Amino acid sequence: MELITNMEYITILSSELYKIAFILVPVLVSVALAVWLDRRIWGAVQKRKGPNVVGPFGLLQTVADALKYIFKEIIIPASSDKTIFILAPVVTMTLALVAWAVIPFSNELVLADINVGILYLFAVSSLGVYGIIMGGWASNSKYPFLGAIRSAAQMVSYEVSIGIIIINVLLCVGSLNLRDIVNAQQDLWYVIPLFPMFVIFFISALAETNRPPFDLPEAEAELVSGYQTEYSGMMYAMFWLGEYANILLMCAMGSILFLGGWLPPLDVYPMNIIPAPVWMILKILFMFFLFALVKAIVPRYRYDQLMRLGWKIFLPFSLFYVVLTASFLFYFDKLPTKLF
Amino acid sequence: MTIIRFLKTIFLMEFIVGLWMAVKEMFRAKKTINYPHEKGSLSPRFRGEHALRRYPSGEERCIACKLCEAVCPAQAITIESTERDDGSRKTTRYDIDMLKCIYCGLCQESCPVDAIVQGPNFEFATETREELYYNKEKLLDNGDRWEEVLAKNIRLDKPYR
Repeated sequence: MELITNMEYITILSSELYKIAFILVPVLVSVALAVWLDRRIWGAVQKRKGPNVVGPFGLLQTVADALKYIFKEIIIPASSDKTIFILAPVVTMTLALVAWAVIPFSNELVLADINVGILYLFAVSSLGVYGIIMGGWASNSKYPFLGAIRSAAQMVSYEVSIGIIIINVLLCVGSLNLRDIVNAQQDLWYVIPLFPMFVIFFISALAETNRPPFDLPEAEAELVSGYQTEYSGMMYAMFWLGEYANILLMCAMGSILFLGGWLPPLDVYPMNIIPAPVWMILKILFMFFLFALVKAIVPRYRYDQLMRLGWKIFLPFSLFYVVLTASFLFYFDKLPTKLF
Repeated sequence: MTIIRFLKTIFLMEFIVGLWMAVKEMFRAKKTINYPHEKGSLSPRFRGEHALRRYPSGEERCIACKLCEAVCPAQAITIESTERDDGSRKTTRYDIDMLKCIYCGLCQESCPVDAIVQGPNFEFATETREELYYNKEKLLDNGDRWEEVLAKNIRLDKPYR
């Protein structure tokens, strides 16, 4: 193998970098819109209007908020571990954005079409917990520390069931490539045969992204604001952006695994002329709508209930479903051919 | 009974009912008003910013009886008075510390001549504390500005006193 010289490296970089901008800019814009949409839906359920003053329909509310955060002072507590304290929001945000590299928006439209796509996605979203632990621990303050401990336990617990749910899907597909996973759903979206898994995935995704009813790490009533307590200004905003980027990522993951990604619901005339990325975005929006609705209607779980749900109900049930799926596929000789 | 409850838990029945309810509520009429542009209605008894009223002749109503000063639980009112040439008693100083005031309405209740009243204005936020130390001039000015509404509110509330 030839060594890549500096010059060649720069050429490769310049030819690849713009693609990253093409995925990052839309993601960041949609994160801003997602925050707005979340607040609007939340308000609508409570018969409020939600943000409706800044820009048309209040669309620019997040931009106004972000501008405000930029001009706020960044306060670093004297007793904190400064390096890690500063690093934590950066890690959260980076990890939330890095995962978008493998999300396919159509058969061709994907930044990095790697063969272990789903594993990569799972790994990166699992790493997200580091940002929170670092932030909470480095703050050297009791509320952030408690929030960080809670979030570590919670995210690790629910990752286990998400992992096993992914195994269910992989058994049906026979490939770890996200494009293959979507293409395997050409005839039947996995939400139909694996409906219980979809429900568990959705609930685990809520826990994974610290959304209500699993927002124990933040728990503003008991822990002030959990791991974000000591953060201010742009660093707080970065946690915030990272959180919403993660929520959208979970929505995208759910639509790829269960809702057939960019595929139209039926391959018939009026549906199949709508471009593939539009379907993908519609499905992400649908998932996000559910996320926002759930936030509006549920009270927070107690900590022991959260652990019980994760370990004693979701884990055995999804394991049982893996056995069920595997036996079904084996008995009816429907195992994906790629495996053999 | 327990079986029904078990099935309800398994199929997340309460959760689904809740979701359906949330979707229904989303399309109901909103309760919010766009505050600076729209305003809610106020009762005639609303206790807002204070005002000192005048008679239609332009004479001040206040007779410096100092009942309001005595009754004020926050001791926000300070009055000094003098005797005029015509033998009537009038105030030389009538100050209200709006920062101390708790807007209880006792001054208005105690006033025998309806001089000190609390009007419908609640939008008198200021940038400095000093601006909220109201003196007689400011209070009379308020009275002149809001007289129409104040008179109407007193008339509407009369039958219930």
